[in-house]
Amino acid sequence: MSPRKAYLSGISYYLPEKKLTNDELNRTFPEWSVHKIMEKVGISERSITAEDEFVSDIAVKAAQKLFEEQNISPEKIDYLLLCTQSPDYFLPTTACLVHKKLHLPVTAGALDFNQGCSGFIYGLSLAKGLIASGDVDNVLLITAETYSKFLHPGDKGNRSIFGDAAAATLITAQQSEGSAEIARITLGTDGSGAANLIVKNGGLRHPKTNDEELKEDENGNPYNDNYLFMNGSEIFNFTLGAVPPLIEQVLKKNHLEQQEIDLFILHQANRFMLEYLRKKIKIPPEKFYTWMESCGNTVSSTIPIALKHAKADGNIKKGDTLLLAGFGVGYSWGATVIKF
Amino acid sequence: MDKNEFLKAFADQFDETEPALITLDTKFKELEEWSSMVALMIIAMADENYNKKITGADLRESDTIGQLYERISSR
Repeated sequence: MSPRKAYLSGISYYLPEKKLTNDELNRTFPEWSVHKIMEKVGISERSITAEDEFVSDIAVKAAQKLFEEQNISPEKIDYLLLCTQSPDYFLPTTACLVHKKLHLPVTAGALDFNQGCSGFIYGLSLAKGLIASGDVDNVLLITAETYSKFLHPGDKGNRSIFGDAAAATLITAQQSEGSAEIARITLGTDGSGAANLIVKNGGLRHPKTNDEELKEDENGNPYNDNYLFMNGSEIFNFTLGAVPPLIEQVLKKNHLEQQEIDLFILHQANRFMLEYLRKKIKIPPEKFYTWMESCGNTVSSTIPIALKHAKADGNIKKGDTLLLAGFGVGYSWGATVIKF
Repeated sequence: MDKNEFLKAFADQFDETEPALITLDTKFKELEEWSSMVALMIIAMADENYNKKITGADLRESDTIGQLYERISSR
């Protein structure tokens, strides 16, 4: 008997109210013109959480929107998966706080998992496994990040890219109108890249320090180990090496040819990188969806946010086959095919 | 891999810097327009035109465009 199938049945997301615009970035970094930020990075504004707004807060808002938009009762949820790298506390698990605020049933499971740009694909993989086990029917997957709190105010590169957001996705054992079957998934890991995208201090190995002395990354962006460090060149090289084979592997695993994919949605890192990857993988522009201009790179939420807009914009019709791929911090990567 | 072609392709990645200011002896990370985004564009240029990988270490350890060329052309 083949395992039960899992369906992606709905997505909603929440963007914090405060925005960081290109005008504001230009005032801080005069050499970085509004036009240039838009042209290279492809982002016009990013949402930034308030000082007293944390992952559990934005996760709850995204899920409440999902319940409302999909007309689902919280009681139906059997399992909550929360993907975050900026949890409220070391313990308890932020998913427990979110579970409480959402009034999910006490019989529901809830856990956090720590992944970044590959996190949505990991979440689909976990949810699909849970549904295949037969133990649960409805999984709520929330991806939520507040990377803005990790960034140094003088870090031009990362402040231009990252935005805070939460996305809530419903994965069900039941097929419904507009749902998409989650087909075969490919994952990958290479911990040798850990130091290239890291918030080093603040865990147990390296507690946060009072040291305000700043270093510069190889491109002159200030940081110290209390803040997020990204070696953009190495991350780009990792992407160029890992993503084309990832696409090939997931196609092979699903017995598909590249031209059979109706739409590709890759992790929305930044415009330049995406466009270069698109050309390298030879995906025609009309089959390559991007949506990040008004929210930025929201880490694990970029794929669900773009997917929601692709559907709302009429880019997806019944019978379409999509390829989704996430890749980044870890290094960690994953891809799947979904069938509408 | 021709040195002058590489130099021209390198200079093409800049929008606001006078091409005359970009020579093999230019300390490229000192150019005002240099940024992490330009670094990505240089990496993409080497990948696309020469099928060569420029690493973070290559950029960190080269001061001039000529030094960067020497590091990657021998690979």
